[in-house]
Amino acid sequence: MIEVPLRTTRLLPHTLLGRIGLVVLAAAITVLPWLVPSYYAELVTSAMIAAMLALSMQLLVGATGLVSLGHGAFYGLAAYVVYLISPENVALPIWITLPVAMLVAGAAACVVGLFSLRTTGFFFLMVTLAFGQMIFFVFHDTKLGGGTDGAYLTKPLISAFGATLDLPRKQKYLGTYYVALVQLVAMYLGLAMLLQTLFGRALEGIRVNEHRMRAIGFDTFKIKLIAFTLAGALAGAAGHMWALHRGFVNPEIVGWHQSAEALLMILLGGLGSLHGPILGALALTGLGEVAQLLTERKLLVEGLVILAVVILLPRGLAGLGSRNTSNGAGDRHG
Amino acid sequence: MTLSSFLAQILNSLQYGLLLFLISSGLTLIFGVLGVINLAHGSLYMIGAYTAFVVARAVGSLWIALPVAMLGGILLGSLLERFLFRYFYKREHLDQVLLTFALILLFEEGRSLLVGNDFYSVPIPAALDFSIPIVEGFSYAAYRFVVIVCCLVLAAALFVWIERTKMGAIIRAAAERPEMVDALGIDPRRVHLTVFAVGTALALTAGALNAPLSSVYPNMGDNLLIISFVVVVIGGLGSVSGAFWSALLIGLIDTMGKAYAPKASGLAIYVLMAIVLLWRPNGLFGQRGT
Repeated sequence: MIEVPLRTTRLLPHTLLGRIGLVVLAAAITVLPWLVPSYYAELVTSAMIAAMLALSMQLLVGATGLVSLGHGAFYGLAAYVVYLISPENVALPIWITLPVAMLVAGAAACVVGLFSLRTTGFFFLMVTLAFGQMIFFVFHDTKLGGGTDGAYLTKPLISAFGATLDLPRKQKYLGTYYVALVQLVAMYLGLAMLLQTLFGRALEGIRVNEHRMRAIGFDTFKIKLIAFTLAGALAGAAGHMWALHRGFVNPEIVGWHQSAEALLMILLGGLGSLHGPILGALALTGLGEVAQLLTERKLLVEGLVILAVVILLPRGLAGLGSRNTSNGAGDRHG
Repeated sequence: MTLSSFLAQILNSLQYGLLLFLISSGLTLIFGVLGVINLAHGSLYMIGAYTAFVVARAVGSLWIALPVAMLGGILLGSLLERFLFRYFYKREHLDQVLLTFALILLFEEGRSLLVGNDFYSVPIPAALDFSIPIVEGFSYAAYRFVVIVCCLVLAAALFVWIERTKMGAIIRAAAERPEMVDALGIDPRRVHLTVFAVGTALALTAGALNAPLSSVYPNMGDNLLIISFVVVVIGGLGSVSGAFWSALLIGLIDTMGKAYAPKASGLAIYVLMAIVLLWRPNGLFGQRGT
């Protein structure tokens, strides 16, 4: 067997303080809905779903160095899968909808990856974007997707082993909130563990120098394809959660702007850490809310903020206090 | 399928393909020479179309709108290169993606502030608002012919500029061996500025030319951006002649698909792209490794 070094990977918090910070954050999110009005709890649910999408993308961007613009399509696809498999007025249990959504998203990612991973750099960006748009056009303005304006669906029931979580109407949002939290935490811990395995090390190796990894005998295409498929399936979990949360699907959630926003969350939170996308998602959702309170032009504020971040903070918020210059996405030499 | 409708579709696909070439040649040149991926390129097309709409509404003539869009494109491109893109050549792809994504949001919001979110049609100039009979029982809109001719003239000018002038030689050299261009004492900043300005002007001109045919509406550049990406991927990144043939091919497949197999047409060009990628990952005309 190949020995795996025990040192933690660069994407995980290195200091005790960092780890405590994450636990405190999780605890704060856990008690939050009991302290604030339901509107804000639902806002945090949206932020957690965005965080799941960004987190799944970090497996590609931060860990492997693959910048994909088609990632949002798998998220949207999963939401549409929930819509398509839910019969009218009947709520399916979550233990059916979640695996199906993840499977379909993962299978789609596997097929897209099979083609797009043959390319690198700019080509990869363009090809993933084009494939993502292809999925978008399957749902945009078609009978299958329920039209341009989207469609309502019956939210899946939160149930397991025959026991259904039956909340009074007024507390329904709490169920979604905690299901999202559990999934987010599980995804974070799962990815953290994955990154410490040989597979995770291989991803980091590919990010730093793919040629060398190939030279020492790794099948880098296969490794990247597995990562791409897994990231797609995890994006599917996020998309499933969106359908469960909103009970509504529209073509915009499949579009490539979704991917760009997830990239922004990753950049805001910092490329060099696994928790960065979560912080970025919380920050961006908060920013959007504030912008909406101040002005009607939410996109204007968002555009200016992205511009400011890209120009002034080349390494994201996380880069502010860190000396770590290794920040890797894309191939640096074109 | 009658002969006359078939002829019309052929002409339509030629017109669409040439338009795609104007947009994607800028995209591929900017990538080839500057190494920048410009997601806002579709927004530049949108700006061109709205320029045509605004100018045509103000002075009542599309003929003034075309040079305005062209000169406006050169000015806008120069400003963008000088004050923004210049600082991003050495940055990572992710930063370039986010920079140009921010520009899309800002351009769209600017459009919404200045013109609003309504759908507007742009009138075809009265002098051209007639049809030219081609064969018995079939005539083709004169304005579409004008678009075809304008695109061909611009494409020819672009090829002459790149293949026959000194600046063109420098640009080709800069795309292949940037360090040699530096070593020869040529100021790369002038090359970059020129290429970006020309690429931007081409996108704006394409938007202005096509405005009477497509009308103007929010996010109109989004779809064209994606199709231009497909054109560039099939043609080979950085290859202008590759972009030309691949734009004509995509124009043909997309137009014919919409006319004769509307259900499959949306997917046809992506299937083509997938096949090309499997067969030649660097595009049909691409020489450079990625």
